[in-house]
Amino acid sequence: MKKSRSAIEMPDSRGKFGKYGGKFVPETLIAPLKELESTYLLMKKDKQFKKELMQLHKEYSGRPTPLTFADKLTSYYGKGKIYLKREDLCHTGAHKINNTLGQILLAKKLGKTRIIAETGAGQHGVATATVCAKFDLDCVIYMGEIDMKRQEPNVFRMKLLGAEVVSVKSGSQTLKDATNEAIRDWVTNVTDTHYIIGSVVGPHPYPMMVRDFQSIIGLETKKQIIEKENKEPDYIIACVGGGSNAIGIFYPFINGKVKLIGVEAAGYGLDSNKHCATLTLGRVGIFHGMKTCLLQTDDGQISEVHSISAGLDYPGVGPEHSYLKDNFLVEYDSITDDEALSAVKLLAQTEGIIPALETAHAIAYLEKLLPKTSKDEIIVLNVSGRGDKDLSIIMDSYGDKI
Amino acid sequence: MKSKISKYIEDKNTKGEKILSVFLTSGFPEKDHFVELALNVLAAGADMLEIGFPFSDPIADGPIIQQSSQTALSNGIDLLKTLKYVKEINEHTDKPIILMGYANPLLSYGLEKFADDSKRIGVDGLIVPDIPLDEYDNFFTSKFDGTDIILLITPTTPIGRIKMIDDKSSGFVYCVSVIGITGALKTTDTDNLQFIKNAYEQCTNNRVLVGFGISSVEDVKYYKPHCDGVIVGSAVIKSLMNDNSKYQKTLELVRNLKSGLIN
Repeated sequence: MKKSRSAIEMPDSRGKFGKYGGKFVPETLIAPLKELESTYLLMKKDKQFKKELMQLHKEYSGRPTPLTFADKLTSYYGKGKIYLKREDLCHTGAHKINNTLGQILLAKKLGKTRIIAETGAGQHGVATATVCAKFDLDCVIYMGEIDMKRQEPNVFRMKLLGAEVVSVKSGSQTLKDATNEAIRDWVTNVTDTHYIIGSVVGPHPYPMMVRDFQSIIGLETKKQIIEKENKEPDYIIACVGGGSNAIGIFYPFINGKVKLIGVEAAGYGLDSNKHCATLTLGRVGIFHGMKTCLLQTDDGQISEVHSISAGLDYPGVGPEHSYLKDNFLVEYDSITDDEALSAVKLLAQTEGIIPALETAHAIAYLEKLLPKTSKDEIIVLNVSGRGDKDLSIIMDSYGDKI
Repeated sequence: MKSKISKYIEDKNTKGEKILSVFLTSGFPEKDHFVELALNVLAAGADMLEIGFPFSDPIADGPIIQQSSQTALSNGIDLLKTLKYVKEINEHTDKPIILMGYANPLLSYGLEKFADDSKRIGVDGLIVPDIPLDEYDNFFTSKFDGTDIILLITPTTPIGRIKMIDDKSSGFVYCVSVIGITGALKTTDTDNLQFIKNAYEQCTNNRVLVGFGISSVEDVKYYKPHCDGVIVGSAVIKSLMNDNSKYQKTLELVRNLKSGLIN
């Protein structure tokens, strides 16, 4: 297993991560994407921009988030030491705001007056509506009809924050279709509108830009674990839908010795045809502006996928993940709906933390990993979000058996 | 050597006619009568056909073409079936046939295999809206030589890039009249008309066909002086959706549209 030295320098100037990534969009979007890229690259080096963003992270969002030693969860397994990176404690309850704060500042620089976004679980929608309220920009959120039902509290949150939530009734009525509709809106209103994509997906420069904004998670983790343990962890685990929280915590460790593990949603099981295990069972394709691994039919139609977690319910994955997998830089595995549900209860009752269903997939993976670890090994798990939004799904699943 | 499409457009233009290219979704509305419909549309005055092979997630299309693609998919239409239609249509016409659709079904079919099969069957051109100039070389390898690859320009395309696209495009240049998706409303915005006039001037290698937002003979006449022809899609598909006269209403629309393009 040879680790590539150049992974950290990806993507290239054309937005390629090896053969993945790129800009597979209608011509209308090419000039706006180029403008976004050049503005972003300027701002990335701009001291004032960086200072303003760090100030917002600190004073508005509550960063740095803690790295909590999970002593009870550690004793439960009696093996390696488990630390939790607490993105659930960010303002709005998930890591999504790391990206929306960065992009809203960019939108201001670009002189845009209207913001659109897609959302699955509603966490990105809430984080977008939040920054739009704070920065006084019009906000339209596209959300699949099924997701609006299963993540109802977040729909109300977005409306309360002043956003318009548009229900998407096409296709599978989930994140994939919400993204289609957001892209169509952008193609139509690109002159005054910035599209805040919520994950490391879409056309270049989004996968790079969202990764950079989210990599604050990994940078903080590196500093915190060295303060606490005086060494880097042995393992880092994160859930992967589009893959933004995972890239965020992995990226600063990519060329090191840490074993990085991404956990996808196996839905009803890998052989059920109702899952989102894109990297495990997908095949390369072109979708939502990028070349990446996709779940698709034999004739290249995008599959209708399933996960109990709306945030992971997506048939594609960020192109950088496809690249990292091909180059053995990250290992990917998957966890079923049922395993994730058990993990919610486990974390709630050992550590007093109710995780989001997305995060629960990463927690459930401990069941597979921990028996293989030794007591002197350190595991960091990215708690990407909190579970308040999922209570009704969790209640429906447990019923009286809790 | 001039391609069949560009030669056809030039010949028509020389005779004082501008081109009407009609978009049909493959196998829509009825898969068993599609070839008949296509031939009737040509007989009614369409100079060329753009046949859309369906994709589950058409991001550049408005609700009408989305719905027709969905129907086509439910009818079991895929690329292979679409190629079979083209073969049958070609047995009865010499007019150019273009296929239009998204990159993923092509990738899935196998690009080289598609390049061979489509050429053999007589597909004259290809429009793939999610393969812009920037991704052209990786996607359309030399295997596609001999098939026209038609690129699009839009009101957001900078002047310098219009020239680059004109250099690369073959068959014609597809000029999108509005910032938007298919089925968008025609705009009478003067900036947009100015864009079309500029584009028509800038494109010196290719003939220019204007599309998006053209639904009536009035629209056709509005654009006619500033292009070599027009493309009509959503308006025809919409008509087919509501046509219970065995498509007579739709064929009348086609005749009407074409009447605006003959001097």
